[in-house]
Amino acid sequence: MNNDQIKERILQWFPEAEIPAETGQYLNVIVTPEMLHPLAEKLRYSADTKFDYLFCLTGVDWVTHLMVVYHLDSTKFGHEMVLKVKIPDRVDPVVDTVCDIWKTAEFHEREVYDLFGVKFRNHPDLRRILLEDDWEGYPMRKDYKDEANIVEL
Amino acid sequence: MITDKTVLGSETQEYFINMGPQHPSTHGVLRLLLTLDGEIIRKVEPHMGYIHRSIEKMCEKDSYQQIVHLTDRMDYLSCHINNEAVCLTVEQGLQLEIPERVKVIRTIISELTRLSSHQLWWGVMGMDLGAITTFLYGFRDREMITDIFEETCGARLTMNYNVPGGLMFDIHPNFQKRTKDFISYFKTKLPEYKELLTGNVIFEERTKGIGYISKEDVISYGVTGPSGRGSGFSCDIRKHHPYSAYDRVQFKEILYEDGDSYARYMVRMDEMVESMHIIEQLIDNIPEGDYKAKTKAVIKLPAGEYYKRVETARGELGVYIISDNKKSPYRVKFRSPGFSNLSALDTMARGCKIADLVAMMSTLDLVIPDIDR
Repeated sequence: MNNDQIKERILQWFPEAEIPAETGQYLNVIVTPEMLHPLAEKLRYSADTKFDYLFCLTGVDWVTHLMVVYHLDSTKFGHEMVLKVKIPDRVDPVVDTVCDIWKTAEFHEREVYDLFGVKFRNHPDLRRILLEDDWEGYPMRKDYKDEANIVEL
Repeated sequence: MITDKTVLGSETQEYFINMGPQHPSTHGVLRLLLTLDGEIIRKVEPHMGYIHRSIEKMCEKDSYQQIVHLTDRMDYLSCHINNEAVCLTVEQGLQLEIPERVKVIRTIISELTRLSSHQLWWGVMGMDLGAITTFLYGFRDREMITDIFEETCGARLTMNYNVPGGLMFDIHPNFQKRTKDFISYFKTKLPEYKELLTGNVIFEERTKGIGYISKEDVISYGVTGPSGRGSGFSCDIRKHHPYSAYDRVQFKEILYEDGDSYARYMVRMDEMVESMHIIEQLIDNIPEGDYKAKTKAVIKLPAGEYYKRVETARGELGVYIISDNKKSPYRVKFRSPGFSNLSALDTMARGCKIADLVAMMSTLDLVIPDIDR
C-alpha cells in the first residue's frame, strides 16, 4: 500500500486520527492514548497493512506534552509509517503497552519509562532498565536538572 | 510416569544465579539473572546500563559534527558504519549531494569494518567454546585491516573518518593496493577458519539445534543483522534500503532458516565472503573527484524529523534526529541493534543448559556499549 492508501484505511477505522499534510520521509499519524492500542492492533493484524516489525520505539519531550513514537515496517509489503501518541498529562503520563503486539516493545517501553517517565499500562515488568532503580527524575525530559552529573558548557 | 524428581527421591527447587556483570563470556559489563532448575535455564533476565553514558542527552548539547564522534563509542566494532549513519541522516536533512567518490570509499571501508568485526567475533566465539587458537587467528588477520585504517585516518579502532558532507581527508595512496593485498590474503585464510571450527564435531554438537528462535519471534523482537537472518528474516538494510554505493554492487543476502546458534554462525561466515566480493567490485572503480561536499561551518538542519537506517555488523542501526533549526538537534535517538537482539535472549535460552548460553551469546555478537549507549 502506498501512503495515501494507508492514510485512507486509518481514517476509515479512526476518523479522528490526526494526519499532518506535510509528512516528510514517512507517513505520520498522531493519535490520543485511548486510540493507540486498538489502532496498533489493527495495523499489525489487518491483511492489507501487516505492520509486523516495530523498528524503533522512543519518546520525545515537547515541553507542552510528551510523545511516544512508533516506527513501523511491514516485512510482507515493505511499507513504512510512523505512529505517534500525544500525551498531554506530564505529571502522570499513561499509555497502553504494545508488548502484546510487538515483543520488542517490552525493552523499548522500559527505556522510555526510564528516561521520560511514561507509564505503560499492562506492561509485564515496568522497571528502570538503564539507570539504577533508585534514580530520581527522568533525565531525557527537557526540564530535568542534575547539577552533579550533567556539566553545562 | 517417572520424572526426574521421583528418581532423585527428593524435591528439587529453582534457584537464581548472577552471571556477570564481570564474566568473560559477556565481553563487557552485562549481568544476566538466571533462573535455573539444576543446569537447565528456566528464565534469563538481562540487567544492563552499567556503562550507560546517555549519549542521546549529550547529543542535545552538541553540534552535528560533534555527534559523529560520540557514535564511535556505541558499537565500537562498527564505528565507521555508526559514523556513516549520522552523516547520512544529516546529509539527508541538508539535502546535500555527496560526491560519488565519497560514496564508494565509505562503502569499501564499511565492508572492511564488517570484515574486521566478524573476524573478531569468530575469534571470540571459538574462545568462548574453549578453543583459544581461533582467537589468535582472528586477531592476526584483523591486524591487517586495522593497519589499513591506521594509514587511512590515523586511528585503528574509533576512526571518525566520516564528517557530514564526506570524509575528513582523502584516502592514502597505498589504500587500494593494501586492501587488494588483504583480500587476496584473507581468501586463503578463510578456508582455514572453516577447517578449524565449522566442521568440528565438538563445535557442531554445541551449536546445532541450540538456542532456537522462530522467524515470527525474530521479527516481533526486532532481532536484525546476522542473528535475524539466521532465522530466515530478510532484514538486510543494504538490500532493502540501499545507501552509499550498495545499489551498484552485486551481493547475496545470506539467509539460513534453522534459527539455531549454528545458523547464526554460518550467516556471518558467508557474509565475510560477500563483503570481500563487494570490496572487489569497488576497489578498482573509485571515481575521481572531491572527498567532501562543501558544508557550512555551523550546520543547522531545517526543522523536521529525519530517520536513517543502516546495516552495521550487528544489525539495523536507526538514527532518528528531530531538529528545530538550531545548531544542536532537539532530540536524537539511536535505535541500536544490540538492544533489540539482547531482548530475544530469554526466548532462545529457555530449556537450554548454562554452557549453551555462552555459545548463544556469542552468536548474538553482543557489544555492550551498543546496548547501553
